[in-house]
Amino acid sequence: MRVTVKLFARLRDIAGAPELTREVAPGATIGTLWRQLAVEFPELGAYERSISSARNADYARMNDPVSDGDEVAFLPPVSGG
Amino acid sequence: MLPRLWIGHEPLELERLTATLDGPDAGGDGAVVTFLGLVRNHNAGRSVRYLEYEAYEPLALKAFERIAAEIVARWPGVSLALHHRIGRLQIGEASIAIVTRSRHRADAYGASRYAIERVKQIAPIWKREFFSGGDVWIEGATADPDDAGARREAERIACA
Repeated sequence: MRVTVKLFARLRDIAGAPELTREVAPGATIGTLWRQLAVEFPELGAYERSISSARNADYARMNDPVSDGDEVAFLPPVSGG
Repeated sequence: MLPRLWIGHEPLELERLTATLDGPDAGGDGAVVTFLGLVRNHNAGRSVRYLEYEAYEPLALKAFERIAAEIVARWPGVSLALHHRIGRLQIGEASIAIVTRSRHRADAYGASRYAIERVKQIAPIWKREFFSGGDVWIEGATADPDDAGARREAERIACA
């Protein structure tokens, strides 16, 4: 399955790109994808406990499944206002 | 006519935003509270030069809609308009404008404070601070719209 990953703020800086395309195995969850990225970009590991995620522009949970073609976003702690 | 909820690059216009809450049923309202959040020239001991805001825009707009729905549930009869600016903002410029309107002032004041607290909790927006000597991403709350504790905390602050 192929998914689009969107990264914001410091996560984007770490990965060096705002958007990535990645292959994930069938049955993968958002958490699977995150751990895959954390192997690729070890500095992401520091965010393990503080990130939020979204699937197709809705807030999601790390154990939610992903489907082919999904857009998955990883969000560091927010600072709007 | 401006939308009541919006995120984008253009400068904020408080009077036009306030006008979005006018309507045929607005004659019974006796209070409008407006709030502008400004870029400050200092933060955490640093001399700030400017800020850059970015957002996951479609989700930010949904977060604003959620906040508006929460306000209607908590303060029936209150209407909300909320605009957030992104991109580079200079010292003194407004990054967020919030307008609440209600029959009596207590509800508009409470809902206004609630709205800004919830934006800081759940809106996927980030500020990067450029200060004398460097820059840093500001990281506040882990966004979780279903966190009932965070919502109660925003309500407690709003009603203090």
